[in-house]
Amino acid sequence: MKGGRILRVLVATAIALLLVVGIWEGYKWVGQQTGDYWPGTSIDLPASTDDLTMPHAMDIADELFEEVRDGRARLPLYLFLLKKGWFTLQEAAIGFTLGLTVGLGLAILMLRWRVAERGLLPWINVSQTIPLIALAPIVVTWGRQQDLPDMLSISLIAAYLTFFPVAVSALRGLQSPDSDHVELMRSYAAPWWTVLVKLRLPAARVYLFPALKIAATLSVVGAIVGEISIGTKTGLGRAILEYAQRYAVSPERLYASVIGAAVLGLLVFGLVSLAEWIVVRRTGEVTS
Amino acid sequence: MKKRLTTRLLAVLAVLTLFATACGSDEAAVGVGDCESVDSVSLQLQWLTQAQFAGYYAAADEGIYERYCLDVEIREGGVDIAPHQQLASGAVDFAVSWVPKALVPREEGMDIVNVAQVFQRSGTLQVSWADAGIESPADLAGKVVGNWGWGNEFELLAGSRKAGLDPSSDYELVQQSFDMLALLNGEIDAAQAMIYNEYAQMLESLNPATGKRVTEDDLSVIDWNDEGTAMLQDALWADGARLGDADYADITTRFVAASLEGWMYCRDNSADCVEIVLNNGSSLGASHQAWQMNEINGLIWPSPDGAGVMDGGLWAQTIDVATSQGILASPPDSGAYTTEYAEAAVEMLKNRGVDTTGKNWRRVDVTLNLGGE
Repeated sequence: MKGGRILRVLVATAIALLLVVGIWEGYKWVGQQTGDYWPGTSIDLPASTDDLTMPHAMDIADELFEEVRDGRARLPLYLFLLKKGWFTLQEAAIGFTLGLTVGLGLAILMLRWRVAERGLLPWINVSQTIPLIALAPIVVTWGRQQDLPDMLSISLIAAYLTFFPVAVSALRGLQSPDSDHVELMRSYAAPWWTVLVKLRLPAARVYLFPALKIAATLSVVGAIVGEISIGTKTGLGRAILEYAQRYAVSPERLYASVIGAAVLGLLVFGLVSLAEWIVVRRTGEVTS
Repeated sequence: MKKRLTTRLLAVLAVLTLFATACGSDEAAVGVGDCESVDSVSLQLQWLTQAQFAGYYAAADEGIYERYCLDVEIREGGVDIAPHQQLASGAVDFAVSWVPKALVPREEGMDIVNVAQVFQRSGTLQVSWADAGIESPADLAGKVVGNWGWGNEFELLAGSRKAGLDPSSDYELVQQSFDMLALLNGEIDAAQAMIYNEYAQMLESLNPATGKRVTEDDLSVIDWNDEGTAMLQDALWADGARLGDADYADITTRFVAASLEGWMYCRDNSADCVEIVLNNGSSLGASHQAWQMNEINGLIWPSPDGAGVMDGGLWAQTIDVATSQGILASPPDSGAYTTEYAEAAVEMLKNRGVDTTGKNWRRVDVTLNLGGE
């Protein structure tokens, strides 16, 4: 039964991958036939289909096995990307943990005091309108003045993206129990803290986990963007930056590194889904 | 049971402490050497590790900084890192920056001082396909001309004005991305390129029109050094307010001397320096870095007045272009650069018998491979 389910997922993944490759190559083929116009028209295709702009999927896959230099070592590109990805994952994990803590803390604060909700919520919304390009130099300069490693500054940027969905959906989740239930707890003279732990937090799980999935992928995005804007010795963002600069020379490599970033995003998404399964499904609750 | 766990934990802790102390004493043993104390300083680069910064990496890896009793942390740049801003905020002790890019914030009140003019020439070119017939700035008339913006366009604007062209009407200025795709695909007629980077990328590419490798004969180049509108580029900048402090001034002298010695090492051992750059985490190809090292050496050597010493004429030209193009409102005060540290460094190195001018340096032939590998 379980084996069958895993097989189903694997088959579905393979089909999805083939579909993407098929669309990519199909679009490229059509473009090559028509000279980058929609078939039968003189309307430009949205992206040109030459090998520089859209390398063949096979060439990108081949590139993953090309040997690259990483400091004193030589290794295939896929291993190189895995190594860089591991570093980025650590930054993202620290950022995610920080963001989760701050987000939950803010939600509880806003739950406890209405005035905090009125005062904070607009600022939480505004916080996400500050462009990272403005935030990054401020964070890194501040971090260096405090003698923090740059890696932590990057994690802070990841945390900045992460706390928002957590705070907003945790607040909704914590406010979600029926007033009947809250009243019942009150009638038992349950202190506020007990109501939070026994009633509100369990109820918030269904709201929280979808937000955590978004937050997890955002933490990866934040880490990569942070690396690009601050500049690090290692990490996936650094690899993407370096290959982006040399796109004209080897576009396959940039695509390969972007695939690496996508895989990392999927990985953290999967990890949160696993945590959700453990926390929500295994306690036998039905989720909406 | 519980007690045993505590004992075990204590044992682990003891081992860790021992390990940490061992590491600590080890670190202290390195570095000191003949030095009474080692000064830790940091240097902000403008961009990622590449041969453009080889001299600093060589000084670090070959133990040159160490001999000057310095422990230098080299910080790579990123997309949003402005080296002068990192320097002025005190986040780093020294920074590498192009002269005009540092003078603009200086005019706005940032107290930073050019203490060593490492590059004596500009590395910026305007590159086009040879068959487009763009041999001089005047030939840009009516063409689509790429530039990176963000202060990289001044030499081009001044050069074309000098040739009698009005940049707002006589040719079309377009924003160019940091790769050479637009020129390769024929979207623009002339592209901005650093001789040590994007120009090499062109030569590492296949010509989309013919499917063959691009050669130097396929390309035509406008070199702003020849047109008289070149502006000074990579220089070492220090915090002006701290230069009054005797300790920092002393560190600056040693830092400049050691960095220049690093560049001299790369002049005489360019292959080693390429290796050093690659060891320090550049994932750009080896032949690309070898090309870059050679061209960077060409921007530094010869340095007739000694490495790092400002060429007054080129400074004047840089200021002239900057003020005539409205980059600077007025010429900077005389405190914007000082040759004090570089001259002291050159004197120090000369006394040790090191060649500080590199007047016999010659370019080597570098073969670029496809993709720069």
